Amino acid sequence: MLNYIWFGMIFISVIVGTITGNIDAVTQAAIDMSKTAVDIAISLIGIMALWLGIMKIAEQSGLIKIIAKGLRPITLKLFPEVPPDHPAIGSIILNMAANILGLGNAATPLGLKAMEELQELNENKEIATNAMCTFLAINTSSVQIILPATVVALMGATANQIFITTILATGFSTMVAIISVKFFEKMKRFSYPQKGKNHD
Amino acid sequence: MIDSFVIFTNQISRYIIPFLLVSIPFYGLFFKKIKVYELFVEGAKDGFTIAVRIIPYLVAILVAIGMFRASGALNILLIWLTPFLNFVGFPPENLPLALMRPLSGSGSLGLLTDLIDQHGQDSLISKIGATMYGSTETTFYVLAVYFGSVGIKKSRHALISGLLADLAGIIAAVFLCQILFGDSTISQGNHKKQMTYFQGLKK
Repeated sequence: MLNYIWFGMIFISVIVGTITGNIDAVTQAAIDMSKTAVDIAISLIGIMALWLGIMKIAEQSGLIKIIAKGLRPITLKLFPEVPPDHPAIGSIILNMAANILGLGNAATPLGLKAMEELQELNENKEIATNAMCTFLAINTSSVQIILPATVVALMGATANQIFITTILATGFSTMVAIISVKFFEKMKRFSYPQKGKNHD
Repeated sequence: MIDSFVIFTNQISRYIIPFLLVSIPFYGLFFKKIKVYELFVEGAKDGFTIAVRIIPYLVAILVAIGMFRASGALNILLIWLTPFLNFVGFPPENLPLALMRPLSGSGSLGLLTDLIDQHGQDSLISKIGATMYGSTETTFYVLAVYFGSVGIKKSRHALISGLLADLAGIIAAVFLCQILFGDSTISQGNHKKQMTYFQGLKK
């Protein structure tokens, strides 16, 4: 599906850009954004290093195992394919905790670590497993109980009013993420191919 | 009561990162007697490889998004959709944000800033926008980065589930805000103003 969406966006951009006379802006955007992509990745290096370093200490000291054990009932339900004492569970939990607390900077390195550990359990390294899709969908549904600092800054005193609506809306979207992921993973269209069949 | 609670949680969030940075090494050093400095450096080494590995995926996604925005396709879509949105009760002013949110974090933050600027912090439109922003994520970016970091090429149902979750968050934001803060002033018969607003978005 990503193949079609990706191509569709580029195709539509070029066509529309030609018609509206924005084609120079389209070219410029393509060049600028490829630079932005590298800037983002480079600026991630430092934060990644910081959190992966702290994570290593948490892992070696056994802290992560303790946390993972406490949340086992939930993670077993969400990620039945992952062994409950696998390190991936610890990283997933810490990533979600970081998201819930609104620590975006800490969440990404922890999430990438979780992905790496989930990949160890993957038979075909190019195809996402059920656990990976579940993890990703929950992540993109933005579980959080603390408003993003940017929203608080922009809304000023009114931020207090949208606190409840944000929590309820994000709770609803997380619920939809979990339900839809569990529903789609059983569908043939999205099934994990057994012998190298081509799905997208 | 909610007021003080929000202030309270935001105060706490200021201390979470410092707390983690001190408590995790503290636990390791004094309770488990492990070499925290060496372990930190060992773990930190992976930061570079992971960050570099996601570059091609980021380029692919961000270039497509940037082109789409620059071509004016997003604005055309908005103008087409406005009559329909008025009909179902979705404030069209919030549509740019709803469409931008899964695509770009900085883009949607820019739109939210603009929205609050134009309509004021107390307006229903701003409240819907801020709720939307807080309850959804940049799905395409997260997908590119997370799957890209381990070389996953077939994302299966992750994208559709992520987008459905965004849609759910957006609908919930509109619905909840209208129930809690709604008055009837919501953009009905305000067509001309909307059009000028969309024209102004053309950047």
